[in-house]
Amino acid sequence: MRARRLESVVDAVGNTPLVRLGRVAKHVPDVEVWAKLEFANPGGSVKDRPALRMILDALADGRLTRAKTLIDSTSGNTGVAYSLFGAALGIGVRLVMPSNVSKARKDIVRSFGTDVVFSDPMEGSDGAIRVAREIVEKEPERYFYPDQYSNPSNWRAHYDGTALEILDALGDRLTHFVAGLGTTGTMMGCTRRLKEHARPVQCVAIEPAEALHGLEGLKHLATSLVPPIYDPTVPDRILPVSTENGWDMADRLAREEGLHVGHSSGANVFAALQIAEEAQRGGRGGCVVAIVCDRGDRYFAPMKWERRYVW
Amino acid sequence: METIVRIPTPLRTLTGGADEVSASGNTVGDVIEDLERRHPGIRERLLDDKGVRRFVNIYVGEEDVRFLDGLKTALKAGDQISIVPAIAGG
Repeated sequence: MRARRLESVVDAVGNTPLVRLGRVAKHVPDVEVWAKLEFANPGGSVKDRPALRMILDALADGRLTRAKTLIDSTSGNTGVAYSLFGAALGIGVRLVMPSNVSKARKDIVRSFGTDVVFSDPMEGSDGAIRVAREIVEKEPERYFYPDQYSNPSNWRAHYDGTALEILDALGDRLTHFVAGLGTTGTMMGCTRRLKEHARPVQCVAIEPAEALHGLEGLKHLATSLVPPIYDPTVPDRILPVSTENGWDMADRLAREEGLHVGHSSGANVFAALQIAEEAQRGGRGGCVVAIVCDRGDRYFAPMKWERRYVW
Repeated sequence: METIVRIPTPLRTLTGGADEVSASGNTVGDVIEDLERRHPGIRERLLDDKGVRRFVNIYVGEEDVRFLDGLKTALKAGDQISIVPAIAGG
């Protein structure tokens, strides 16, 4: 064993572990089901990858300088990542988020010195996007607006990072990849890289089954602003998952696997197991990787309406 | 009694795009039943057989009905109901 010694926290991004899900997948013995634990990134989520890549690419070509403030709309994890890397690299950060984001999330980003602007909770993440655009339009020279929904550095982080790590760990055994659609960066980047692999890999995108849902981080694309980086021809298949199934699987992963994950991760694993069941029934065996985006404790701190309510 | 109900973006396909609609009833539950008559399909987005779905938040004024009397929460003139969604997006 060799301990990692790093020059900066930015070097701790990526190289996350894959963990075999033994208990929740024990009914599909011929199919391997693996969870890629993106919560092992220093900011605690998969969003460290695109956030860091967008910052580094912009510093490299001059779109971002230390005289500018980074601004973006984010429901949370990307904001944590921007805040962390902004602090580490000496760049000011301003974030727009709907005011019904959990208190923990607001406190985490503020602890890095980030300035937070709130948008209308009724408008969700699309409302936050509109507010961020308005602020930038007023003073364009003051801000660097990475716009994670439109920025190709978002998906490239996964093309050059996440997907290669999965191939390195599993190689030709890999048959299926599962990730949710939010900005769609994970799905776009990983799928493009996995499709270059010599052996075919089925890439399955997860989306909330309904427009009004509780799978934070995921987008119901039919009723949302569609991210410009999204190309609908990239995923082989889109599987809708209900909020209830995502939440229940997140609970099971904590109790049965010791993995306390967020709701979108629960949805990804729920879908991965559906795919594994299909492969088991088909007698083909297989090897499925699901992205675990973040940890469940990010959703713990009670919001106002949760004070006496047990989820 | 007519009450104003604020509708979040994801449900506006059911209200013809309106961000506010009226519905009548003396309790939150009655208002939702009336909403269902006026905008069919909305009830199942909000409720399941146990009551308000876990990820849906219904407010009367500034207070979540979970901390009031749930669907039995009585309404008075001038109350406003807000349906507040969970967060979505990256």
